[in-house]
Amino acid sequence: MCGIAGLIWKGGASSDIGSEMTKMLQALKHRGPDSTGFALYGKAEEGVQVLRFKVAEQEEMKTGFDIHRQVVERRAAVDTRLKELGAVVTQEEQATEYAFRYHFKFDGDLKRLIDFLEDLEGVEILSVGKALELIKDMGDATVVSEQYGIPGFVGTHAIGHTRMATESDVDIRSAHPYWAYPFNDVSVVHNGQLTNYWTMRRDLERRGHRFVSNCDSELIAVYIADAIDQGEDLESAMRRSVDVIDGVFTYLVATSDQLGMAKDAMSAKPMVLYESDEFVGLASEEVAIRSIFPHEIDTWDPYQSEVKVWAA
Amino acid sequence: MGGITNSTSTGAVTASHNMGLHEEQLGGRTQQRFFSASEEENFTYPWAYEVDTNKSAEFDAADMEITDINLKIRDLMKAGHGTITVQNPRAKHSLGVGILNKLNLNFEGSLGYFGGGCTDGANIHISGRVGWSCAENMMSGTIVIEKNAGSLFGAAIRGGDLVCKGQAGARVGIDQKGGTIIVGGSVGAFTGFMMQRGRMIILGDASDNLGDSMYDGTIYVAGKIASLGVDCVETEMTDLDRRYLKGKLDLYGMAAPNGIENMIKLTSGKQLWNYDNLEASEKKLVL
Repeated sequence: MCGIAGLIWKGGASSDIGSEMTKMLQALKHRGPDSTGFALYGKAEEGVQVLRFKVAEQEEMKTGFDIHRQVVERRAAVDTRLKELGAVVTQEEQATEYAFRYHFKFDGDLKRLIDFLEDLEGVEILSVGKALELIKDMGDATVVSEQYGIPGFVGTHAIGHTRMATESDVDIRSAHPYWAYPFNDVSVVHNGQLTNYWTMRRDLERRGHRFVSNCDSELIAVYIADAIDQGEDLESAMRRSVDVIDGVFTYLVATSDQLGMAKDAMSAKPMVLYESDEFVGLASEEVAIRSIFPHEIDTWDPYQSEVKVWAA
Repeated sequence: MGGITNSTSTGAVTASHNMGLHEEQLGGRTQQRFFSASEEENFTYPWAYEVDTNKSAEFDAADMEITDINLKIRDLMKAGHGTITVQNPRAKHSLGVGILNKLNLNFEGSLGYFGGGCTDGANIHISGRVGWSCAENMMSGTIVIEKNAGSLFGAAIRGGDLVCKGQAGARVGIDQKGGTIIVGGSVGAFTGFMMQRGRMIILGDASDNLGDSMYDGTIYVAGKIASLGVDCVETEMTDLDRRYLKGKLDLYGMAAPNGIENMIKLTSGKQLWNYDNLEASEKKLVL
């Protein structure tokens, strides 16, 4: 029973979504204390892409043999490979010993670059995007938020996730949000269980898609990526997903300028929706929306098979 | 008829005789207790509070934890307050639960999950909305919600009136065992799923699989029905139904949008009633 939350300021308005999403996810902590993830959409800088990657799992940092030296080596290897393919890193930040954020300029084949980097042991690309910042780690929202300096992040929309691991391990690899590799700025959070995971995963893998974890939620990200790859728009891909994907789910998808939600045919997983002229807030429980809007608001539960998409 | 008798033809005493299995009354092993209308304990709870509804109190719950809010309500009841107003509940879960005496409880705001659950006799008014599983297992009393309700609204209620003036989510009145659920707006999928007794009045539209696998009970719908579930059938509306609907709706200041005469009455077709048929092996035993 994970907790998911999403928010979008309409009409291009921006706000301190970093603090807002932290508050929302902290209110949902009881739904999943294992890990917390944020996908925040800020202002895109011309020609610059943001790369977020990690070179080790948190657990490895405590138990791994000679891990501290390896982490330094792995990062150096990433730098070398970026340079090799002609990516120019303009800014580097280190959030934790094992997680990094790079600004880089690159005109070549993005998929090739990512595959080349992930070929390195322990290296996983969390996200690449012009507007997207994807952050996920162990701990509750406040811990992760402070560790990665999320409060004060100004943007238009965000999705977030507090995870209670049921189907796979407690590690960063299986934490949400999932980035829809290799597409810029697409991320997914999900609450539920997918029952035809292996059937669909094998089908997508045959068509050349990669899976980095054994977490069923990753399927939705890959499914959306596949749909975008085939030129389908977000809303119709999501509508199709309600028929194609089996199981109980409520999920949120964000792109550089859109936020979408979909519910399964049984309406088995919760979602509370608040919509005003300037703002849309969604969460597994109303307490999350109330953490940023303490005054009385009108909210409702969307029905089964419902798909909605909003633009920033 | 052969079957089982209280005495054996040989008169031999077997282990089953010593266990009392041949006696009409089991030897003190049964946990079954029989209801006696004269016993006081059947109507009151020893831990229910004596309250005076003219004595009122209110407090602000904005910065309080869930447990503290419920304890505060209990403390006020202990002090004899019969009308309690809680301000700023802010969609917290499990508020106003387990109240077993008469009480007028007002929430000025919204509740989260399980609001007003397991109550017996309290009159609760909520000016905002409620989350999932509101009034779960309510025994008696009334709960009135001014705005929308989440899924599992009135799950397994056994009595009392549960009223939502807005729309409700999926699985309204799942496993309902008595009482009345009234929803002013539309309801989601699987409303009345495995309903066993009681009545449900829906003034808006009903979504897919209405009354799926219902055992018994009645559902009245004023709006459109997307689809009926297995063994839920439309039946004839009688004068008694119309009088009942008018009385109930008037009580809460509500009205059917197209008039009570255009409402549809649904009940169980009882085609799935196989559970009282004996298994083949059991039949052999009896015959």
